Amino acid sequence: MSPTPSPPTTSACGTCALNNAANLRRLGVDPSGHDLVVALAGNPNTGKSTVFNALTGLRQHVGNWAGKTVDRAEGGFEYHERRYKLVDLPGTYSLLSTSEDEDIARDFLVFGRPDVTTVVVDATRLERDLNLVLQILQITTRVVVAVNLVDEARRHGITVDFRHLSRELGVPAVGMAARRGTGIEDLLDAVERVALSPTSFGGRRLIHRNRRLERAVSHLAERVARHVPGVTNPRWVALRLLEGDATLERAVAEGRLRELVADPAELRSETVPEEPDA
Amino acid sequence: MTRSPILDETDRLRAELPENFRDDIVESLYAEAARISATSLSHGERPARPTLDKLLDRILTHRVWGFLAMGALLFGVFWFTIAGAAVPSDLLSNLLVEHGHEQLNRLSRLLSLPDWMSGLLVDGVYLSTAWVVAVMLPPMAIFFPLFTILEDFGYLPRVAFNLDRLFAKAGAHGKQALTMMMGYGCNAAGVTATRIIDSPRERLIAVITNNFSICNGRWPVLILLGTVFLGQLAPPPLAAVVAAASVTTVAALGVLTALVVSWGLSRTVLRGATSVYSLELPPYRPPRIWRTLYTSLIDRTLKVLRRAVTMAAPAGAATWLISNITVADASLAAHLVDLLAPLGWLMGLNGIILLAYVVAIPANEIVVPTILMLTMTLGTNLFGAEQGVLLELGTAETATVLVQAGGWTLLTAVNLMLFTLLHNPCGTTILTIWHETRSATWTAVATLLPVGLGIVVTSLTAAVARWAGWG
Amino acid sequence: MNTTLDRLSPGETATVTALDVEGPQRRRLMDLGILPGTRIRAERSSPLGDPTAYLVRGSLLVLRRNHAGRIHVDRHQG
Repeated sequence: MSPTPSPPTTSACGTCALNNAANLRRLGVDPSGHDLVVALAGNPNTGKSTVFNALTGLRQHVGNWAGKTVDRAEGGFEYHERRYKLVDLPGTYSLLSTSEDEDIARDFLVFGRPDVTTVVVDATRLERDLNLVLQILQITTRVVVAVNLVDEARRHGITVDFRHLSRELGVPAVGMAARRGTGIEDLLDAVERVALSPTSFGGRRLIHRNRRLERAVSHLAERVARHVPGVTNPRWVALRLLEGDATLERAVAEGRLRELVADPAELRSETVPEEPDA
Repeated sequence: MTRSPILDETDRLRAELPENFRDDIVESLYAEAARISATSLSHGERPARPTLDKLLDRILTHRVWGFLAMGALLFGVFWFTIAGAAVPSDLLSNLLVEHGHEQLNRLSRLLSLPDWMSGLLVDGVYLSTAWVVAVMLPPMAIFFPLFTILEDFGYLPRVAFNLDRLFAKAGAHGKQALTMMMGYGCNAAGVTATRIIDSPRERLIAVITNNFSICNGRWPVLILLGTVFLGQLAPPPLAAVVAAASVTTVAALGVLTALVVSWGLSRTVLRGATSVYSLELPPYRPPRIWRTLYTSLIDRTLKVLRRAVTMAAPAGAATWLISNITVADASLAAHLVDLLAPLGWLMGLNGIILLAYVVAIPANEIVVPTILMLTMTLGTNLFGAEQGVLLELGTAETATVLVQAGGWTLLTAVNLMLFTLLHNPCGTTILTIWHETRSATWTAVATLLPVGLGIVVTSLTAAVARWAGWG
Repeated sequence: MNTTLDRLSPGETATVTALDVEGPQRRRLMDLGILPGTRIRAERSSPLGDPTAYLVRGSLLVLRRNHAGRIHVDRHQG
């Protein structure tokens, strides 16, 4: 699933009003010929669709309740002369259970290997939403955490220390109030930074509190790493195998694990122009 | 198949793990999340849930006020739609149907088009399309923004919360209320939305009953019938109120039917326990009025209108054709209407209405113009209409035509409103059901069950009405 | 005091001690943040008596009585 090199772009949206992110050009429903793929994940009701609309200029209908985006929506935008395809994943609380929307989201993150995954979280429910962020970070660390609804949180007397949050998670965390259109520029900068960084797709290490589980995961992860050279998130693969993930089990049995989970860095470096100062 | 050493190793390691190791994974995740969140946030003095939210919830989910508010909001939306759409609808119909049709007729004479061609294009395609635009655009442009504002505000999950006990009793999943609300926009969207229900049994129930949520193709039909027939019964100042009340009643009947059918299904073919579900009540958010107006105009109204128009054009052509192709001294339409007349009579409707439903299977939106067109052609020829030509009618004249030429009574109108609620899903929705269930049987059930119900219910009302001497 | 979640009155707070649910349903509850050690507050009941909305980790979650009855909690005094 390699991104294709884009042809020289012409404006697909000459009359679009530019918002406060002066370098953002929304490409609406025409994400063809993109350079980079950005996935948009998040819990239901975090304002994910509002972020999607703010970036693409599409007016996807936004409802204030869970389960609104049930299918994958795609859109595009251009920032600093690079074209991004934005894939809006279904809003889910987790990637561990088995429901159709969680499967869609998980499969896209694992096998679609987006260049950047933006996880939208609600500042007023940070603890609950971080559960999903931590799960995603085990699959990939090419992540930007968009802490939305900071205005609502402020009304509730909550302030977020973004530098601390970034340091703890090991990925950029930016504050937003997407309904008012604030924070879009910061988000775009962070997405660009991650998209162009040489960071591998490797996952964040979650130490399991149960010792035996921790030992089993470490042990199996080693075996997976030896068996599949170039695998980026062996601990996640190991955990999923222990949990009995049918897709991965089949891939192992048929010897296709490598094509599913190996790092596509080589492919990417061919198409993404290197940033001299990155 | 040869076992891979990795899978063998996995099995061995898994056997050594405590039984509840999956719990440990989630616990580790949440412990980490709690730690990071606690160190990243600082809380002020204010309470976790603001008082305004609590106050609103106290009213909107109150034992008495909650249900009153629900009824009032629903009724208010319909009333606003009906009262507000009257003037712009007349204006549009004046412009598009009366003047536009005349101008096009003049143009086709100028170009000396053959009769069949001007008939098919101007009288068939153009007129039915113009009619759909004139009658549907204004109510939709009012209804959708209002509904979207309620949605944005965070009210819909509260409705689900208020009504959940009924859904539980019906053996339905708690999220079915949400997919039903999605269905009020469009049943195809509602059917897709059932993906949020994990259990296949409960999901099927939600798919089959989604059709009882009146979709936006059917709102205008109901609003029109309510306005033209039931609204006329009341003195003018109350007309809009009565019309809105009749539409609210049909919508409430839809919810009731969905509950009853869910109950029936969950006790017969789709038996099983209800699964754990989570409904989240989001904080109330002040709706952004202008953004909502813009969004729902672009996103919902125009989309729906475009669909209605693309469906109306071929349906208009089809109606003109069946009205003008003559087989053995009568038009094809006349033969078909004769064939359907006995069933129509049984259901308190008539052959023309049933034929219109057959023509309008691709989209419910065009049922009324098709009925009108057929009535004018086949009914007592009072108005000197040509075959298959929709006369230039405003909504006010519609009733006159149907009563005088079509022999309509109040029973016909009421039963048509009921049949609008209870009939097969539109073509798009049927395809979506097939796509989501991948089962011909369940698609057939979801398609035929509502029509069956519709036939039974309308026949019963017709029988009762005739027995009481109203028919 | 040991009891089950459905027995909390609106306004009462408790800490989850155990989940008497298995399989995917258990997973689902845990994904929502309901796991042993979690503080839960009963907020308000539906006008028809069931279900009830609970405040869990900052969000209002609605649970039906028969499901809440399978969540064992330790009720906070006072």
